[in-house]
Amino acid sequence: MNDSPDLRPAIEFRNVSYRLNGADDRELLHNLNLEVQRGETLVLLGRSGSGKTTTLKLINHLLAPSDGELRVEARPIREWDVIRLRRMIGYVIQEVGLFPHFTVERNIGLVPTIENWPASRIAERVREMLKLVGLDPETATRYPRELSGGQRQRVGVARALAADPPILLMDEPFGALDPITRAELQHEFLELQKRLRKTVVFVTHDLREALLLGTRIALMEAGRLINVQTPEEFLNSREPLAAAYKNAFGAGA
Amino acid sequence: MNLWQFMLHNHTEVVELTLEHLWLVGVSTILAVLIGIPLGILITRWPALNKPILGGANIIQTIPSLALFGFLLPAPWIGERADRLAILALTLYALLPLIRNTYAGIQGVDRAVVEAGRGMGLTDRQLLFQVELPLALGVIIAGVRVATVISVGLATIAAAIGAGGLGEYIFRGLAMVNNQVILAGAIPAAVMALLADVSLGWLEKRLSAN
Repeated sequence: MNDSPDLRPAIEFRNVSYRLNGADDRELLHNLNLEVQRGETLVLLGRSGSGKTTTLKLINHLLAPSDGELRVEARPIREWDVIRLRRMIGYVIQEVGLFPHFTVERNIGLVPTIENWPASRIAERVREMLKLVGLDPETATRYPRELSGGQRQRVGVARALAADPPILLMDEPFGALDPITRAELQHEFLELQKRLRKTVVFVTHDLREALLLGTRIALMEAGRLINVQTPEEFLNSREPLAAAYKNAFGAGA
Repeated sequence: MNLWQFMLHNHTEVVELTLEHLWLVGVSTILAVLIGIPLGILITRWPALNKPILGGANIIQTIPSLALFGFLLPAPWIGERADRLAILALTLYALLPLIRNTYAGIQGVDRAVVEAGRGMGLTDRQLLFQVELPLALGVIIAGVRVATVISVGLATIAAAIGAGGLGEYIFRGLAMVNNQVILAGAIPAAVMALLADVSLGWLEKRLSAN
Protein backbone atom coordinates (compact mmCIF):
# COMPACT_ATOMS: atom_id res chain seq x y z
CA MET A 1 0.00 0.00 0.00
CA ASN A 2 1.56 3.24 -1.11
CA ASP A 3 0.72 6.17 1.11
CA SER A 4 2.34 8.93 -0.93
CA PRO A 5 -0.27 11.69 -1.18
CA ASP A 6 -0.22 11.76 -5.00
CA LEU A 7 -1.57 8.24 -5.24
CA ARG A 8 -4.24 8.72 -2.62
CA PRO A 9 -7.69 9.87 -3.74
CA ALA A 10 -8.10 13.65 -3.87
CA ILE A 11 -11.30 13.41 -1.83
CA GLU A 12 -12.45 10.58 0.43
CA PHE A 13 -15.74 10.20 2.29
CA ARG A 14 -15.71 7.56 5.05
CA ASN A 15 -19.14 6.85 6.57
CA VAL A 16 -20.07 10.50 6.34
CA SER A 17 -23.54 11.58 7.45
CA TYR A 18 -25.03 15.03 7.59
CA ARG A 19 -28.03 15.97 9.71
CA LEU A 20 -29.81 19.28 10.04
CA ASN A 21 -29.73 20.36 13.64
CA GLY A 22 -33.44 20.92 13.88
CA ALA A 23 -36.28 19.58 15.96
CA ASP A 24 -36.65 16.62 13.61
CA ASP A 25 -32.91 16.08 13.03
CA ARG A 26 -33.52 15.35 9.38
CA GLU A 27 -30.72 13.34 7.78
CA LEU A 28 -29.74 14.81 4.43
CA LEU A 29 -26.88 12.45 3.84
CA HIS A 30 -26.59 8.91 5.16
CA ASN A 31 -23.35 7.04 5.65
CA LEU A 32 -21.62 8.13 2.46
CA ASN A 33 -18.52 6.26 1.28
CA LEU A 34 -16.98 7.73 -1.82
CA GLU A 35 -13.58 8.38 -3.31
CA VAL A 36 -12.81 10.96 -5.93
CA GLN A 37 -9.64 10.20 -7.87
CA ARG A 38 -7.16 12.85 -8.88
CA GLY A 39 -7.93 14.27 -12.32
CA GLU A 40 -11.30 12.59 -12.78
CA THR A 41 -14.68 14.22 -13.28
CA LEU A 42 -17.00 12.58 -10.81
CA VAL A 43 -20.63 13.41 -11.50
CA LEU A 44 -23.11 13.33 -8.64
CA LEU A 45 -26.39 12.48 -10.31
CA GLY A 46 -29.70 12.59 -8.51
CA ARG A 47 -32.94 14.45 -8.14
CA SER A 48 -33.62 17.40 -5.85
CA GLY A 49 -33.14 16.40 -2.25
CA SER A 50 -30.94 13.41 -3.07
CA GLY A 51 -28.01 14.91 -1.16
CA LYS A 52 -25.75 15.79 -4.06
CA THR A 53 -25.41 19.49 -3.23
CA THR A 54 -24.96 18.60 0.45
CA THR A 55 -22.11 16.28 -0.56
CA LEU A 56 -20.50 19.09 -2.54
CA LYS A 57 -20.78 21.62 0.28
CA LEU A 58 -19.17 19.20 2.70
CA ILE A 59 -16.06 19.16 0.50
CA ASN A 60 -15.42 22.92 0.78
CA HIS A 61 -16.72 22.89 4.32
CA LEU A 62 -19.68 25.16 3.74
CA LEU A 63 -21.30 22.36 5.75
CA ALA A 64 -19.64 20.30 8.47
CA PRO A 65 -20.19 16.53 8.59
CA SER A 66 -22.28 15.29 11.52
CA ASP A 67 -20.55 11.91 11.49
CA GLY A 68 -17.76 10.09 9.72
CA GLU A 69 -14.52 11.23 8.23
CA LEU A 70 -13.88 13.34 5.18
CA ARG A 71 -10.38 13.77 3.76
CA VAL A 72 -9.29 16.28 1.15
CA GLU A 73 -5.83 15.76 -0.34
CA ALA A 74 -5.38 12.92 2.17
CA ARG A 75 -5.86 15.26 5.09
CA PRO A 76 -8.87 15.08 7.45
CA ILE A 77 -11.15 18.06 6.90
CA ARG A 78 -11.01 19.23 10.51
CA GLU A 79 -7.24 19.57 10.27
CA TRP A 80 -7.55 22.00 7.40
CA ASP A 81 -7.58 25.75 7.87
CA VAL A 82 -10.97 26.25 6.25
CA ILE A 83 -9.98 29.44 4.38
CA ARG A 84 -6.87 27.73 2.91
CA LEU A 85 -8.96 24.72 1.98
CA ARG A 86 -11.53 26.80 0.11
CA ARG A 87 -8.90 28.78 -1.75
CA MET A 88 -7.55 25.59 -3.26
CA ILE A 89 -11.01 24.47 -4.32
CA GLY A 90 -12.73 26.27 -7.19
CA TYR A 91 -16.47 26.65 -6.71
CA VAL A 92 -19.03 27.21 -9.47
CA ILE A 93 -22.75 27.40 -8.74
CA GLN A 94 -25.84 27.54 -10.92
CA GLU A 95 -26.72 31.11 -9.89
CA VAL A 96 -23.07 31.99 -10.71
CA GLY A 97 -22.91 34.48 -7.82
CA LEU A 98 -20.67 37.01 -9.52
CA PHE A 99 -20.06 40.11 -7.43
CA PRO A 100 -22.33 42.67 -9.12
CA HIS A 101 -20.26 45.67 -7.97
CA PHE A 102 -17.00 44.29 -9.37
CA THR A 103 -15.94 44.31 -13.01
CA VAL A 104 -15.33 40.97 -14.70
CA GLU A 105 -11.61 41.57 -14.15
CA ARG A 106 -11.99 42.01 -10.39
CA ASN A 107 -14.36 39.08 -10.17
CA ILE A 108 -11.87 36.76 -11.83
CA GLY A 109 -8.92 38.22 -9.96
CA LEU A 110 -10.52 38.01 -6.52
CA VAL A 111 -8.77 34.99 -5.06
CA PRO A 112 -5.37 35.97 -6.53
CA THR A 113 -5.94 39.45 -5.05
CA ILE A 114 -6.71 38.22 -1.54
CA GLU A 115 -3.76 35.85 -1.90
CA ASN A 116 -1.63 38.96 -2.51
CA TRP A 117 -0.37 38.16 -5.97
CA PRO A 118 1.45 41.09 -7.61
CA ALA A 119 -0.88 43.24 -9.73
CA SER A 120 0.90 42.48 -13.01
CA ARG A 121 0.58 38.75 -12.45
CA ILE A 122 -3.12 39.10 -11.62
CA ALA A 123 -3.75 41.13 -14.80
CA GLU A 124 -1.93 38.51 -16.84
CA ARG A 125 -3.82 35.70 -15.17
CA VAL A 126 -7.17 37.42 -15.85
CA ARG A 127 -6.32 37.74 -19.56
CA GLU A 128 -5.28 34.10 -19.64
CA MET A 129 -8.51 33.00 -17.92
CA LEU A 130 -10.72 35.04 -20.26
CA LYS A 131 -9.04 33.37 -23.20
CA LEU A 132 -9.36 29.96 -21.60
CA VAL A 133 -13.14 30.28 -21.23
CA GLY A 134 -13.56 31.84 -24.66
CA LEU A 135 -14.33 35.43 -23.72
CA ASP A 136 -13.20 38.58 -25.50
CA PRO A 137 -10.38 40.39 -23.59
CA GLU A 138 -12.44 43.57 -23.58
CA THR A 139 -15.06 41.84 -21.43
CA ALA A 140 -12.63 42.49 -18.56
CA THR A 141 -13.90 45.99 -17.85
CA ARG A 142 -17.60 45.14 -18.03
CA TYR A 143 -19.94 44.55 -15.10
CA PRO A 144 -21.81 41.25 -14.69
CA ARG A 145 -25.18 42.91 -15.44
CA GLU A 146 -23.88 43.77 -18.92
CA LEU A 147 -23.27 40.11 -19.79
CA SER A 148 -25.50 37.34 -21.12
CA GLY A 149 -26.22 34.27 -18.99
CA GLY A 150 -23.68 32.19 -20.89
CA GLN A 151 -21.00 34.85 -20.57
CA ARG A 152 -21.68 35.15 -16.86
CA GLN A 153 -21.22 31.45 -16.30
CA ARG A 154 -17.99 31.56 -18.33
CA VAL A 155 -16.78 34.28 -15.97
CA GLY A 156 -17.90 32.08 -13.06
CA VAL A 157 -15.73 29.24 -14.35
CA ALA A 158 -12.81 31.60 -15.01
CA ARG A 159 -13.12 32.97 -11.47
CA ALA A 160 -13.08 29.47 -10.00
CA LEU A 161 -9.96 28.54 -11.99
CA ALA A 162 -8.04 31.78 -11.47
CA ALA A 163 -5.88 30.68 -8.57
CA ASP A 164 -5.26 27.32 -10.30
CA PRO A 165 -6.94 25.15 -7.66
CA PRO A 166 -6.37 21.40 -7.98
CA ILE A 167 -10.04 20.71 -7.18
CA LEU A 168 -13.14 22.14 -8.82
CA LEU A 169 -16.67 21.84 -7.44
CA MET A 170 -19.51 22.56 -9.86
CA ASP A 171 -23.12 22.69 -8.71
CA GLU A 172 -25.39 22.48 -11.77
CA PRO A 173 -23.27 25.15 -13.42
CA PHE A 174 -25.09 24.99 -16.75
CA GLY A 175 -28.56 24.32 -15.36
CA ALA A 176 -29.96 27.81 -15.90
CA LEU A 177 -28.73 28.22 -19.48
CA ASP A 178 -30.66 27.79 -22.71
CA PRO A 179 -30.06 24.40 -24.42
CA ILE A 180 -27.72 25.74 -27.10
CA THR A 181 -25.51 27.73 -24.74
CA ARG A 182 -25.56 24.81 -22.36
CA ALA A 183 -24.31 22.42 -25.05
CA GLU A 184 -21.59 24.91 -26.00
CA LEU A 185 -20.39 25.23 -22.43
CA GLN A 186 -20.52 21.48 -21.87
CA HIS A 187 -18.23 20.90 -24.84
CA GLU A 188 -15.91 23.68 -23.82
CA PHE A 189 -15.77 22.16 -20.37
CA LEU A 190 -14.71 18.82 -21.87
CA GLU A 191 -11.97 20.50 -23.88
CA LEU A 192 -10.84 22.44 -20.85
CA GLN A 193 -10.77 19.37 -18.67
CA LYS A 194 -8.68 17.47 -21.26
CA ARG A 195 -6.04 20.15 -20.86
CA LEU A 196 -6.29 20.99 -17.17
CA ARG A 197 -6.96 17.58 -15.60
CA LYS A 198 -8.50 19.04 -12.46
CA THR A 199 -10.22 16.87 -9.92
CA VAL A 200 -13.83 17.82 -10.61
CA VAL A 201 -16.96 17.01 -8.66
CA PHE A 202 -19.93 17.94 -10.80
CA VAL A 203 -23.53 17.99 -9.57
CA THR A 204 -26.39 17.56 -12.02
CA HIS A 205 -29.82 16.03 -12.37
CA ASP A 206 -29.42 15.77 -16.14
CA LEU A 207 -28.46 12.26 -17.25
CA ARG A 208 -27.23 13.40 -20.66
CA GLU A 209 -24.89 15.89 -19.01
CA ALA A 210 -23.69 13.21 -16.61
CA LEU A 211 -22.96 10.73 -19.43
CA LEU A 212 -21.21 13.39 -21.50
CA LEU A 213 -18.99 14.90 -18.82
CA GLY A 214 -18.44 12.23 -16.21
CA THR A 215 -15.50 9.90 -15.87
CA ARG A 216 -17.68 8.17 -13.30
CA ILE A 217 -21.24 8.73 -12.23
CA ALA A 218 -22.30 8.54 -8.59
CA LEU A 219 -26.03 7.95 -8.47
CA MET A 220 -27.72 9.36 -5.38
CA GLU A 221 -31.22 9.06 -3.97
CA ALA A 222 -32.75 10.31 -0.71
CA GLY A 223 -29.40 11.02 0.94
CA ARG A 224 -27.83 7.70 -0.03
CA LEU A 225 -25.29 6.76 -2.61
CA ILE A 226 -26.77 4.01 -4.81
CA ASN A 227 -23.68 3.17 -6.85
CA VAL A 228 -20.70 4.59 -8.72
CA GLN A 229 -20.29 3.54 -12.35
CA THR A 230 -18.61 4.63 -15.53
CA PRO A 231 -21.00 6.02 -18.18
CA GLU A 232 -20.80 2.71 -20.10
CA GLU A 233 -21.62 0.68 -17.01
CA PHE A 234 -24.45 3.07 -16.24
CA LEU A 235 -25.98 2.61 -19.68
CA ASN A 236 -25.86 -1.19 -19.29
CA SER A 237 -26.98 -1.15 -15.67
CA ARG A 238 -30.10 -3.03 -14.60
CA GLU A 239 -30.24 -1.19 -11.31
CA PRO A 240 -33.88 0.06 -11.05
CA LEU A 241 -33.05 3.71 -10.35
CA ALA A 242 -30.52 3.85 -13.20
CA ALA A 243 -33.16 2.28 -15.42
CA ALA A 244 -35.70 4.88 -14.30
CA TYR A 245 -33.25 7.61 -15.27
CA LYS A 246 -32.65 6.09 -18.68
CA ASN A 247 -36.40 5.87 -19.18
CA ALA A 248 -36.99 9.47 -18.15
CA PHE A 249 -34.36 10.69 -20.59
CA GLY A 250 -35.44 8.37 -23.42
CA ALA A 251 -33.73 5.14 -24.36
CA GLY A 252 -31.25 6.90 -26.62
CA ALA A 253 -29.73 9.03 -23.89
CA MET B 1 -43.98 93.28 9.41
CA ASN B 2 -44.15 90.24 7.14
CA LEU B 3 -42.12 87.03 7.42
CA TRP B 4 -39.27 88.14 5.14
CA GLN B 5 -38.88 91.45 6.90
CA PHE B 6 -38.83 89.63 10.23
CA MET B 7 -36.16 87.18 9.05
CA LEU B 8 -34.09 89.92 7.45
CA HIS B 9 -34.31 92.07 10.57
CA ASN B 10 -33.26 89.17 12.76
CA HIS B 11 -30.89 87.55 10.30
CA THR B 12 -28.03 87.04 12.75
CA GLU B 13 -30.35 85.23 15.12
CA VAL B 14 -31.88 83.16 12.28
CA VAL B 15 -28.41 82.10 11.16
CA GLU B 16 -27.36 81.36 14.71
CA LEU B 17 -30.41 79.19 15.41
CA THR B 18 -30.02 77.43 12.06
CA LEU B 19 -26.41 76.62 12.90
CA GLU B 20 -27.43 75.35 16.34
CA HIS B 21 -30.04 73.21 14.67
CA LEU B 22 -27.52 71.85 12.20
CA TRP B 23 -25.14 71.10 15.07
CA LEU B 24 -27.77 69.12 16.98
CA VAL B 25 -28.83 67.15 13.91
CA GLY B 26 -25.31 66.69 12.55
CA VAL B 27 -23.67 65.47 15.74
CA SER B 28 -26.55 63.19 16.67
CA THR B 29 -26.74 61.67 13.18
CA ILE B 30 -23.00 61.01 13.11
CA LEU B 31 -23.17 59.40 16.55
CA ALA B 32 -26.15 57.31 15.46
CA VAL B 33 -24.29 56.18 12.33
CA LEU B 34 -21.24 55.24 14.42
CA ILE B 35 -23.37 53.20 16.81
CA GLY B 36 -26.21 52.01 14.59
CA ILE B 37 -24.26 50.57 11.66
CA PRO B 38 -21.99 48.37 13.83
CA LEU B 39 -25.05 47.20 15.78
CA GLY B 40 -26.80 46.39 12.51
CA ILE B 41 -23.75 44.37 11.38
CA LEU B 42 -23.54 42.68 14.78
CA ILE B 43 -27.06 41.28 14.54
CA THR B 44 -26.35 39.77 11.12
CA ARG B 45 -23.48 37.84 12.78
CA TRP B 46 -25.22 36.93 16.04
CA PRO B 47 -28.89 36.40 15.20
CA ALA B 48 -29.61 35.81 18.91
CA LEU B 49 -29.01 39.54 19.49
CA ASN B 50 -31.46 40.46 16.77
CA LYS B 51 -34.55 40.63 18.95
CA PRO B 52 -33.11 42.44 21.97
CA ILE B 53 -31.31 45.07 19.88
CA LEU B 54 -34.06 45.80 17.35
CA GLY B 55 -36.64 45.56 20.16
CA GLY B 56 -34.72 48.03 22.30
CA ALA B 57 -34.41 50.52 19.44
CA ASN B 58 -38.11 50.06 18.74
CA ILE B 59 -39.07 50.80 22.34
CA ILE B 60 -36.99 54.00 22.33
CA GLN B 61 -38.84 55.03 19.19
CA THR B 62 -42.18 54.70 20.97
CA ILE B 63 -41.27 57.04 23.84
CA PRO B 64 -42.76 60.48 23.16
CA SER B 65 -39.93 62.87 22.42
CA LEU B 66 -40.79 65.41 25.10
CA ALA B 67 -40.89 62.62 27.68
CA LEU B 68 -37.53 61.27 26.51
CA PHE B 69 -35.93 64.69 26.95
CA GLY B 70 -37.39 64.71 30.46
CA PHE B 71 -36.21 61.17 31.29
CA LEU B 72 -32.65 62.00 30.38
CA LEU B 73 -32.54 65.18 32.48
CA PRO B 74 -31.13 63.51 35.64
CA ALA B 75 -28.33 61.76 33.69
CA PRO B 76 -24.84 62.77 34.89
CA TRP B 77 -22.69 64.95 32.56
CA ILE B 78 -25.36 64.67 29.88
CA GLY B 79 -27.98 66.43 32.02
CA GLU B 80 -25.65 69.35 32.74
CA ARG B 81 -26.16 70.93 29.36
CA ALA B 82 -29.30 71.09 27.30
CA ASP B 83 -27.54 70.53 23.97
CA ARG B 84 -25.89 67.31 25.23
CA LEU B 85 -29.27 66.10 26.33
CA ALA B 86 -30.83 66.95 23.00
CA ILE B 87 -28.02 65.24 21.07
CA LEU B 88 -28.37 62.08 23.17
CA ALA B 89 -32.14 61.96 22.62
CA LEU B 90 -31.82 62.60 18.89
CA THR B 91 -29.11 59.93 18.63
CA LEU B 92 -31.34 57.39 20.35
CA TYR B 93 -34.21 58.18 17.99
CA ALA B 94 -32.02 57.85 14.92
CA LEU B 95 -30.75 54.40 15.92
CA LEU B 96 -33.74 52.37 14.79
CA PRO B 97 -33.71 53.29 11.09
CA LEU B 98 -29.94 52.82 11.02
CA ILE B 99 -29.83 49.43 12.72
CA ARG B 100 -32.83 48.18 10.78
CA ASN B 101 -31.57 49.30 7.38
CA THR B 102 -28.04 48.02 7.95
CA TYR B 103 -29.47 44.65 8.93
CA ALA B 104 -31.97 44.56 6.07
CA GLY B 105 -29.34 45.76 3.58
CA ILE B 106 -26.91 42.99 4.47
CA GLN B 107 -29.62 40.32 4.67
CA GLY B 108 -30.84 41.50 1.28
CA VAL B 109 -27.54 40.80 -0.49
CA ASP B 110 -28.09 37.98 -2.99
CA ARG B 111 -27.49 34.69 -1.10
CA ALA B 112 -25.74 33.21 -4.16
CA VAL B 113 -23.19 36.03 -4.10
CA VAL B 114 -22.46 35.51 -0.40
CA GLU B 115 -22.25 31.75 -0.83
CA ALA B 116 -19.90 32.09 -3.79
CA GLY B 117 -17.71 34.44 -1.76
CA ARG B 118 -17.63 32.11 1.22
CA GLY B 119 -16.97 29.10 -1.01
CA MET B 120 -14.04 30.91 -2.66
CA GLY B 121 -12.39 31.35 0.71
CA LEU B 122 -13.14 34.94 1.68
CA THR B 123 -12.78 35.46 5.42
CA ASP B 124 -15.80 36.85 7.23
CA ARG B 125 -14.13 40.26 7.36
CA GLN B 126 -13.37 40.23 3.62
CA LEU B 127 -16.91 39.12 2.89
CA LEU B 128 -18.30 41.95 5.02
CA PHE B 129 -16.13 44.78 3.74
CA GLN B 130 -15.68 43.75 0.11
CA VAL B 131 -19.05 42.24 -0.63
CA GLU B 132 -21.84 42.71 1.89
CA LEU B 133 -21.33 46.34 2.96
CA PRO B 134 -20.72 47.73 -0.56
CA LEU B 135 -23.84 45.95 -1.81
CA ALA B 136 -25.91 47.03 1.20
CA LEU B 137 -24.72 50.65 1.03
CA GLY B 138 -27.76 51.98 -0.84
CA VAL B 139 -30.12 50.58 1.78
CA ILE B 140 -27.90 51.83 4.62
CA ILE B 141 -27.83 55.36 3.15
CA ALA B 142 -31.63 55.17 2.90
CA GLY B 143 -31.61 54.59 6.66
CA VAL B 144 -29.31 57.59 7.22
CA ARG B 145 -31.71 59.64 5.11
CA VAL B 146 -34.78 58.65 7.12
CA ALA B 147 -32.90 59.23 10.38
CA THR B 148 -31.71 62.69 9.30
CA VAL B 149 -35.08 63.90 8.14
CA ILE B 150 -36.72 62.69 11.37
CA SER B 151 -33.95 64.38 13.38
CA VAL B 152 -34.42 67.75 11.70
CA GLY B 153 -38.07 67.71 12.74
CA LEU B 154 -37.48 66.32 16.22
CA ALA B 155 -34.69 68.78 16.95
CA THR B 156 -37.24 71.61 16.98
CA ILE B 157 -38.62 70.09 20.18
CA ALA B 158 -35.18 70.35 21.77
CA ALA B 159 -35.87 74.03 22.23
CA ALA B 160 -38.37 73.03 24.92
CA ILE B 161 -35.46 72.03 27.16
CA GLY B 162 -33.44 75.06 26.17
CA ALA B 163 -31.12 73.35 23.70
CA GLY B 164 -31.65 76.07 21.09
CA GLY B 165 -32.13 75.50 17.41
CA LEU B 166 -34.97 76.63 15.16
CA GLY B 167 -37.50 75.33 17.68
CA GLU B 168 -36.81 78.53 19.66
CA TYR B 169 -38.83 80.50 17.10
CA ILE B 170 -41.57 77.93 16.99
CA PHE B 171 -42.05 77.91 20.78
CA ARG B 172 -41.65 81.71 20.97
CA GLY B 173 -44.19 82.16 18.18
CA LEU B 174 -46.62 79.80 19.88
CA ALA B 175 -46.30 81.77 23.11
CA MET B 176 -46.75 85.07 21.28
CA VAL B 177 -49.52 83.67 19.07
CA ASN B 178 -47.51 85.05 16.16
CA ASN B 179 -47.53 82.93 13.01
CA GLN B 180 -44.64 84.79 11.44
CA VAL B 181 -42.34 83.91 14.30
CA ILE B 182 -43.47 80.29 14.12
CA LEU B 183 -42.79 80.24 10.36
CA ALA B 184 -39.38 81.83 10.84
CA GLY B 185 -38.47 78.63 12.66
CA ALA B 186 -40.55 76.17 10.71
CA ILE B 187 -39.60 77.21 7.19
CA PRO B 188 -35.80 76.97 7.59
CA ALA B 189 -36.29 73.64 9.36
CA ALA B 190 -38.45 72.37 6.51
CA VAL B 191 -35.89 73.55 3.94
CA MET B 192 -33.15 71.80 5.91
CA ALA B 193 -35.15 68.56 5.95
CA LEU B 194 -35.83 68.80 2.22
CA LEU B 195 -32.18 69.47 1.41
CA ALA B 196 -31.09 66.52 3.54
CA ASP B 197 -33.69 64.34 1.88
CA VAL B 198 -32.76 65.32 -1.66
CA SER B 199 -28.98 65.15 -1.21
CA LEU B 200 -29.01 61.84 0.66
CA GLY B 201 -31.57 60.53 -1.84
CA TRP B 202 -29.17 61.40 -4.63
CA LEU B 203 -26.32 59.65 -2.82
CA GLU B 204 -28.50 56.60 -2.19
CA LYS B 205 -29.39 56.35 -5.85
CA ARG B 206 -25.78 56.67 -6.96
CA LEU B 207 -24.58 54.03 -4.52
CA SER B 208 -27.37 51.59 -5.36
CA ALA B 209 -26.61 51.82 -9.07
CA ASN B 210 -24.35 48.76 -8.90
